[in-house]
Amino acid sequence: MASKAKTKTVISDEVMISMENVNKWYGTFHVLRDINLTVHKGERIVICGPSGSGKSTLIRCLNRLEEHQDGTINVQGIEINNDLKNIDEIRRDVGMVFQHFNLFPHLTILENCTLAPIWVRKMPKAEAEEIAMEYLTRVKIPEQALKYPGQLSGGQQQRVAIARSLCMEPKLMLFDEPTSALDPEMIKEVLDTMVELAEDGMSMICVTHEMGFARKVANRVIFMDEGQIVEQNEPEAFFNNPQSDRTKLFLSQILDH
Amino acid sequence: MANARDKNYEFVRREDAPILPPPATEAGITGWLWQNIFVSMADYTSIGAGIRSLLMAILSALILYFGGTQIYALIDFTIFSAVFSDPEGIKREACWTVDQGGVLPSGWHGACWPFVVAKQKFLLYGAYPAEDLWRVNLTGLVGLVGMVWVMIEQLPYRREVGAAMLSLYPLMAFILLTGGNSDAEFSNIGIWLVIGLAIISAGRLGKRGFLGPTFAEFATLIGFTGWVFLIFNAVRGVAAVDFGLEPIDTRDWGGLLITLVVAITGIVASLPLGIILALGRRSEMPVARLLSTIFIEFWRGIPLITVLFMASVMLPLFMPEGVNFDNLLRALIGVMLFSAAYMAEVIRGGLQAIDKGQYEGAQAMGLSYWQTMRLVILPQALTHVIPGIVNTFIGLFKDTTLVSIVGIFDLLGAAQSTIADPSWSSHVQALSVYVYVALLFFVFCFGMSRYSIYMENKLSKSRSH
Repeated sequence: MASKAKTKTVISDEVMISMENVNKWYGTFHVLRDINLTVHKGERIVICGPSGSGKSTLIRCLNRLEEHQDGTINVQGIEINNDLKNIDEIRRDVGMVFQHFNLFPHLTILENCTLAPIWVRKMPKAEAEEIAMEYLTRVKIPEQALKYPGQLSGGQQQRVAIARSLCMEPKLMLFDEPTSALDPEMIKEVLDTMVELAEDGMSMICVTHEMGFARKVANRVIFMDEGQIVEQNEPEAFFNNPQSDRTKLFLSQILDH
Repeated sequence: MANARDKNYEFVRREDAPILPPPATEAGITGWLWQNIFVSMADYTSIGAGIRSLLMAILSALILYFGGTQIYALIDFTIFSAVFSDPEGIKREACWTVDQGGVLPSGWHGACWPFVVAKQKFLLYGAYPAEDLWRVNLTGLVGLVGMVWVMIEQLPYRREVGAAMLSLYPLMAFILLTGGNSDAEFSNIGIWLVIGLAIISAGRLGKRGFLGPTFAEFATLIGFTGWVFLIFNAVRGVAAVDFGLEPIDTRDWGGLLITLVVAITGIVASLPLGIILALGRRSEMPVARLLSTIFIEFWRGIPLITVLFMASVMLPLFMPEGVNFDNLLRALIGVMLFSAAYMAEVIRGGLQAIDKGQYEGAQAMGLSYWQTMRLVILPQALTHVIPGIVNTFIGLFKDTTLVSIVGIFDLLGAAQSTIADPSWSSHVQALSVYVYVALLFFVFCFGMSRYSIYMENKLSKSRSH
């Protein structure tokens, strides 16, 4: 956290995501309550909050892994509704990295990375492989390309998962607790990859408890509790001068241990 | 920071513990013996353990003894004591003992192979005309070569050969075995082909969203139905062409030919049908789910014998006058649907073992439902349930013997009818042919079992979890 070489922020006026009065229930449980959020192109947002606060549900609504029941969500001007064509289009442009990697164990690393470009983007195999190797090099594991996910460490698997998403050349990346399932010594390699990605100007929304990462790359930190956005601010202000009591309590719990 | 080793702390290890060779019980031939043969007898630490070890030793000896005598009895019957030839052509008397008027010693007990050899044609082909046997042999040979080709990984064009085996080969087999030249009208087939094409184009249009969003959801299924239509009628068309082959009624088929035709058709058809049913049962569409569930529960709820009886006895009663389709075909369809229901449940088990994250990973990258299933979910699910799938295959293979009760002479049925031949009657007549049939069944079932184990090992080697 020592280096404060914060990345240059190039936030355009172009709206990437807009969520208006979004509500979602799991049965009778009101999991997202009146969410309003606008994300511009180039923004890097970190969402934090206690478990069960709806952070993951929120970002999973952005590519329709979860269905919201009320309100509107627009991603790049396309509304997420029951129209499968819209959902396909959004998923093509929005990459997602999961807590448990969700790599396909029956395919090699390279095949994992080329699957979607070949079948969704209809890219020729050779071209897809070339792009995949490029991104695998970027996450620093080109030499593992022909291995299977089961032969890699957790940190390596997560970096493959990031490369796999990047192969679709997304305009936005969603990270759903990408380091929560990793051993402590592997967290850094994944975070480094994510920092590099941020430095290249990728728009990203990241659910994480890595506050060092939030300070370093985020333009905005959002704190959620009980399905609501409680507080959002620039990282410096958010950490040094939290406004609500709930945020203060949460920060004291995760920072002082 | 200074190295702790340099500082001579009492509590810091200065030298690594030496790497020692393993004890004799862990490695080498003695290790193997201890671990595999004497594992339960190795414990003399207490009187109880000693007695247990002793009992285990006695039990092992008994099992070896009884197992050994059984195996010896079988080998003795089939090889050492067996009669292999009948050079004088005296038929049944070749397998008679002195007491019965033959030449073999009193109390002789062995296989009468000349009898089985004499009935070989009937056991393998049934009443198929002798001058047309080349058609069966050619079908079998092409099938065998194709199958082995697909199984050996070093060979080139495996994918192409496999595709041909699933598309052209069944057609070829059908025409060679039945003779083709069916009565179907070409004009009639033409109309159905056009209808098939129309359904396919409707599916295509629907997929692009021209016919509304509700239709788009079912477009893939509709397109698929169209293809089934088209292919079915194309096959009907080819089957109606006159290739100059003598038509041979399936009533004349029999023996191993029937067993293999029923088993292979059942096996090849039940896998895709089972996959579709399993996916249907786990689908989010209530109609697909309900239909699949009803289908599966119906066919699992009735015994195969009932299915066969219904197909061959009851079905014709409900048919309009003059409409009559082949007895073997009806039995085939019955077996196919029956095994598809079992297969569906096996595959559903595999689908349930797949982590939800796999679906999400695929969906988040924009793969469609069918792409997700074909590229991500099914390859994993099917690998998980290879033992169950092969189990169903082997069960199906053996269940084909049930077709003999509706008057179709499969291998077992043919064997039974050879016993009725008095010119070979002897006290080992029935036993000889049954042992032969058992051996044939064993070869096929054991082959399937071994291949499945090979596949499992191969697939688990390629990815260590």
